[in-house]
Amino acid sequence: MSDSPNSTPLDLAALRERLASERGPRFWRSLAEIAETPAFDDLLRHEFPAGADVWEGDAAGRRNFLKLMGASLALAGLAGCTKQPEERILPFARTPEETIPGMPLFFASAVTLGGYADGVLVESHMGRPTKIEGNPGHPASLGATNSFGQAAVLSLYDPDRSQVVTNVGRISSWLAFVGELTRQLEAQKLKSGAGIRVLTETVTSPSLGEQLRRLSQQYPGARWHQYDVCSRDAVREGARRAFGEYTETYYRLERAQVIVALGGDLLTQGPGSLRYTRDFARGRKFEDTDGRMNRLYAVESVPTPTGASADHRLRLEPRLIEPFARALAAELAVAANGPAAEALPEAARAWITPLAADLLANRGACVVAAGPEQPAAVHALAHAINAALGNLGQTVMVTEPVEAQPADQLGSLRELAADMEAGRVEMLIVLGGNPVYDAPADFDFAAKLDSVAFRVHLSADHNETSELCHWHIPETHSLEAWGDARAYDGTVSIIQPLIQPLYAGKSALELMAAVLGNPESQSYDVVREYWRGRLGGGDFDRVWRRALHDGIVPGTAAAPKAVQIQAGFDQPGEGGEGMAIVFRPDATIWDGRFANNGWLQEQPKPMTLLTWDNVALVSPATAEELGVANEDVVELRLGGRSVEAPVWISPGHADHAVTVTLGYGRSRVGRVGAGAGFNANAIRSSDGFWTAAGLEVVKTGRKHPLACVQDHASMEGRDLIRRAGLADYREDPDAMKHGVHHEAPAKDMSLYPGFEYNGYAWGLAIDLNACTGCNGCTTACTAENNIPVVGKDKVGRGREMHWLRVDRYYEGDLEDPETYHQPVMCMHCENAPCEPVCPVGATVHSSEGLNDMVYNRCVGTRYCSNNCPYKVRRFNFLHYSDYDTPSLKMMRNPDVTVRSRGVMEKCTYCVQRINAARIDSEKEGRQIRDGEIVTACQQACPAEAIVFGNINDPESKVSRMRSSQRHYGLLEEINTRPRTTYLGKLRNLNPEMPRAAAAPEAAHG
Amino acid sequence: MPQIFHPSTNTISKVSIFGAAFFLGGFSWLMMSLNRSSYVTRADVTRNQPVPFSHKHHVQGLGLDCRHCHWPVEQSSFAGIPPTKTCMTCHSQVWADSEMLEPVRESYRTDRSIEWVRVHDLPDFVYFNHSIHVSKGVGCVSCHGQVDEMPLMRQQSNLTMEWCWQCHEHPGPNLRPREEVFNPNWQPPADRVALAEKLMTEYNVRSALDCSTCHR
Repeated sequence: MSDSPNSTPLDLAALRERLASERGPRFWRSLAEIAETPAFDDLLRHEFPAGADVWEGDAAGRRNFLKLMGASLALAGLAGCTKQPEERILPFARTPEETIPGMPLFFASAVTLGGYADGVLVESHMGRPTKIEGNPGHPASLGATNSFGQAAVLSLYDPDRSQVVTNVGRISSWLAFVGELTRQLEAQKLKSGAGIRVLTETVTSPSLGEQLRRLSQQYPGARWHQYDVCSRDAVREGARRAFGEYTETYYRLERAQVIVALGGDLLTQGPGSLRYTRDFARGRKFEDTDGRMNRLYAVESVPTPTGASADHRLRLEPRLIEPFARALAAELAVAANGPAAEALPEAARAWITPLAADLLANRGACVVAAGPEQPAAVHALAHAINAALGNLGQTVMVTEPVEAQPADQLGSLRELAADMEAGRVEMLIVLGGNPVYDAPADFDFAAKLDSVAFRVHLSADHNETSELCHWHIPETHSLEAWGDARAYDGTVSIIQPLIQPLYAGKSALELMAAVLGNPESQSYDVVREYWRGRLGGGDFDRVWRRALHDGIVPGTAAAPKAVQIQAGFDQPGEGGEGMAIVFRPDATIWDGRFANNGWLQEQPKPMTLLTWDNVALVSPATAEELGVANEDVVELRLGGRSVEAPVWISPGHADHAVTVTLGYGRSRVGRVGAGAGFNANAIRSSDGFWTAAGLEVVKTGRKHPLACVQDHASMEGRDLIRRAGLADYREDPDAMKHGVHHEAPAKDMSLYPGFEYNGYAWGLAIDLNACTGCNGCTTACTAENNIPVVGKDKVGRGREMHWLRVDRYYEGDLEDPETYHQPVMCMHCENAPCEPVCPVGATVHSSEGLNDMVYNRCVGTRYCSNNCPYKVRRFNFLHYSDYDTPSLKMMRNPDVTVRSRGVMEKCTYCVQRINAARIDSEKEGRQIRDGEIVTACQQACPAEAIVFGNINDPESKVSRMRSSQRHYGLLEEINTRPRTTYLGKLRNLNPEMPRAAAAPEAAHG
Repeated sequence: MPQIFHPSTNTISKVSIFGAAFFLGGFSWLMMSLNRSSYVTRADVTRNQPVPFSHKHHVQGLGLDCRHCHWPVEQSSFAGIPPTKTCMTCHSQVWADSEMLEPVRESYRTDRSIEWVRVHDLPDFVYFNHSIHVSKGVGCVSCHGQVDEMPLMRQQSNLTMEWCWQCHEHPGPNLRPREEVFNPNWQPPADRVALAEKLMTEYNVRSALDCSTCHR
C-alpha cells in the first residue's frame, strides 16, 4: 500500500555493502529489512501494521463508533440472553444410499489443469462437496493436492459463476439454443460442414476426443482447433524433433540421483508436478534414506520454487538457456550443432564440466528436464542428453501421447484466425478457454471473430470471449458433471459429479452431443457409452464401479514407446539481443481461469509473496539500470504494443530481463477478479510466445500500490532458518547449529513444576529439506478451516487471515541469494505467551498440549497476538466471513466454526480432525494410531514435509523426526517450548561446482 | 452561608450509594436467572411441529427402540431425524387416511422434506457428538428425559454449558451399562457409586474438560 516499506527507493549499492559486511543480516526477507527502513521496523515491532484497526469507509471511524456505543456496551451482558433463532431440520424424504446424516462421504474424481488430471477424493457433507483431498491411489497425486485442486470447491460455489444461457446478452434457454444450433447445422450439412470450427483447450478426455473425431466423420469439412494459453507446443515440438513423432515424456524422479531442470518449474507447475515433488522429496529425507540425497541443479531466469529447492542454482538470461543446454550436450559428446559455450558468461561456463561429470557418474539415474516455456530446441537437446546418458526407460519415460490429438496449438489457432479473416468460418464453437482475452496479440482474434455468423462459447464464467459470442452456455464445474481425463502418465480417471449442477450448466460433452445431433444426451451417457465398449468385456458394470471407486481406470497408462534420436534434431533458435521479456503462467491464478477465485488471489505467490496482482519482475541490477523501485509503474513496449505494469525487484532474477505473469487484467470477470493486475497478453505475440527480446521499459513516474506479505509477521531471531551442506552435516551433525547463538533453556530451569502430559501430546514437525514453498498447505488450511478472504486493500494493511503462512528468506548477496521457505503456523507452545495475558481465558491449554482458542469467549482485546513472538494469531478486524451468500454457506466445513468479527483465531492443529479420530478410537476401545490424524496442511503437502502426531509415543513418525540432529524450534531461547518444530535444510553440494557466496559451506565462521 | 442541601439528602445519598450496589447485584442476579430461565433456554417448551408426533405413543405404546428412527446415533455426531420413508413403512397401512398425517404423505409424494422444528438446538460454536456419548454408556434419557412419557417433544434439560459441565466433570453418575443405553425404563442399582466406578474403568471414561473437546 502507499505506506508500505517498499515504496521508497532504496540505495541498492548501500544494501549490497551492508550484506557483505559483518553486521548485515545472514537471512533476510526483503530489501526493506536489509535497509532497516522505519516502516520495516514498525512491522517488526508490532503485531499488525499501523492502521490495521482503522475502520475505513465510515466517516465516524471505528473508535468514534465505539465511543457512541459505550452506553449500550454497558448492557453487553444482555447479549447472552439473546434467544437462539428457531431452526428447522429437514430430513430426506428418502435417504440416498450410504448417506449417514452427519458423516461425510468421500468420492474419487479428478480435477484438471491444462487438460491433465490429478486424482482427488472429494469430501461430501449431506450432498455438498466441501473439501478436496488427493487420491492416494492416483499416480499423479499419491494423496497430495496443489492450490488449484484445493480451490476447486470455491470455484464451484463462486456466486459470480455464469448461471444462465444467454443469447446476445439476453437470458435464453438451452432449448432455444438447441433449436438455433439445429437450424445452423442443417445449413452446414449441405456443404459437409465446411463452415464449422470447434476450438478447444488441450483435450486429454477420451470421450471428448471421440466426439470430436465423430464430428469430422459427420461433417468432413469441419475443423477442430486447439489452443491453450499455457500451451505445451515446445514440449511437443521438441519431442517431434528428437524422436520424429509426437510423444509424451514424464520423469521417474524416485530413480534419479541427479536432476537438472532447465527453466520451467518442475516441482510446482505442469502435469505430474505433484508426483515429481513427492518423488524428489522422498529422495531427500536424510533420516529415511541412510543419509543419501539426490541432487538438483536448476538453471533458470525467473526464481521458482524449483530453483529455491535446488542444491545449485544458476541464474541465466532467458536467451542463454539454449546455449547452455547445447554446451552441456557438447560436453557429453551429444551430436549437437551450432555455437556452444562461447556465448555463455563465465559463471555458466564454469558449470558445464562438473555438471557433465556428475551426470556421467549417474548414467541411467539422472534426468535433464526442460521447462515447458523453453524453446523446442532445449527440449530436443534434453531428450538427446537423456538418451545419451541411458536415462530413457529408466528415469525418463517416453510414451504414446496422452492428449486426444497432439497438435501445434499456436499453428492451429493461427489457421483458425486466418480462416475467420477469409470468411471461411460460419459457425464457431468455443469449448472453454478465453481466446479473446488470451490469444496472441498479433492474431487480433477479437476483431476477426466478428466475421463468424454463429458463435457459441461454453464457459464457467461470462468472460471476454462470451461477450463477443452470440450464445453463451454456462459450463458445469467438474464436481457437477461426468467426464474423464488423463494424468501425466496417461492414467484415465472418470470424473464423477457430487452434486447436481447448481445452475443451468452444460458440460463440453453435452454441448458436443448436441452438435452431433443428440441434445438430450447427458454427460453420464456419453462417458458410459464411450467406456462400455472398452472396459471389462462382458463385466462392464463391475469394472466401471471399481474404476469409480478407485478413481483410476486400470491399465490405461500410456504405452511406452521405443524411440530413436533423429539426426538433425538440433535446430538452434535465434536468441535476440537486448532486454528480454519472459511470460509465465501465474503461480496462483494460472492463465486467468482462477481470476475470480479469492483463495487463490489472496494466496501469496511462493517467490514474491505478492497477492492480488501481477508485476514486472526485475533483478536488483536491472532495476538500478532502469532507475526504478518497487511499485513504480513502467510501460512495457514490445513490437509496437504496450502495457503498463508495476515493478517488483526480485533477488535471483536474471539481469536484462523482465518477467510478467499471465491471467491478470481481466476486463470481463466477477467481483473478486475485477481490477486486479494488468493484461500481459496485450504484448504477447505468437513469435515471442514465452520469451521475446527487444523490450523497452519506460518509466511513467506513477506508483501502483501492491499487497505484499513478505514483511508481515516478521520475527526477530537469529536462527529461524538452519541449514548445512550435506557433506559437512555428515561429518559433524552440529554443523546445522553453526552460528546459532541461543539454546533452549533446560526444562528444569523453571521454579514451577512442569505439566505432565500423560496421554497424547500432539506435535508437528516440518522438514525444511522437503518443503518447496508451493503454498498448497495454505490453501488446504483455508479450505478446511473456513478462513475468509479479505481483499487486496486489507492484505496491504496486514489483515490477511491465513492461519498458515509460508515465510521466505534469502541468504547471501542481493543478486543471487539462496532462498528458503518455511511454513509457520501456531507453535502450540507448552509455555504459551498468549495464554497468561488473556483477560477472559479465551485461549487456554488442553491436557494434550493444544493451545485451544475459544471463539465464543474471545472479546477481542488482542493481548494474545501482541504477546505472540511468532505472530501467528489472526484477528478478524471486520466482518470478513460472508454470512449471506447462499452458495458460500454450502461450501463451509460444517465441523469448524465460522468466526465472526472481533474474534482472534489461529491454527488449531485441525482439532476437528483430532476429535474425530479420538472418537473413532474410543468407540473401538484402542489408542489413536500413528498417522490416523492428518492435518489439512499435511494431507495436501506433496513433499510430505509436514508430519503430525503424538510426541509421547517414541515410535511415532513425528517423534522420530524430533530426535533428528536437524531438529530445532523457532525462538526456543525464550523458553516457549514450541510443539511445532522444524528439521533444518541440507544442500547436497557438488564440491566440484563453483560455489555461490551464500553456499552453506562458505558461510563458516 | 445557607445550607444548600436539606439534611435528608444525607440519607438519600447513603441509600442510593448502597442501593446502587444492591441494584447492580440484583440486576446481575436477574440477568443470570433470565439466562437460565426457560424463556431463554426454551427448556420444557413444547414446539409446534408440522405433525404432532408423539414419542409417548411410539415408544411407550408401541415399544419402538430409539434406534428404529434415530439409527445414526451410534455412528454419527447427529442422532438423525428419520426420513419420511421410515414413517411410511407403517403409515402407508396404518392411519393411512388420517388428516393429521397428510404432511407426511405429501412429503413422500413430492419427495420434499418435512420441516420439523428443531427442539434440541446447541449454539453453532458447540460441537456435540451423539455416538461417543452413547458408546460411553450415557443413556438417552440422561439428557433428553423420559421421552417415552412425552406426548409432544420438548427439551427437558436447559442445555447450558453449566449443565454440560456437571457431567463432563463427574461423568460417573450418568453412566449405565451399554446395553441399557436405549432403555428408557432402566433403574440404577442400589449401589450407584460402585456401578459408576466400574463403568468408568470398563469404558475408559475420563472427565473431558478441554475447551476444544466441544469448541473449535
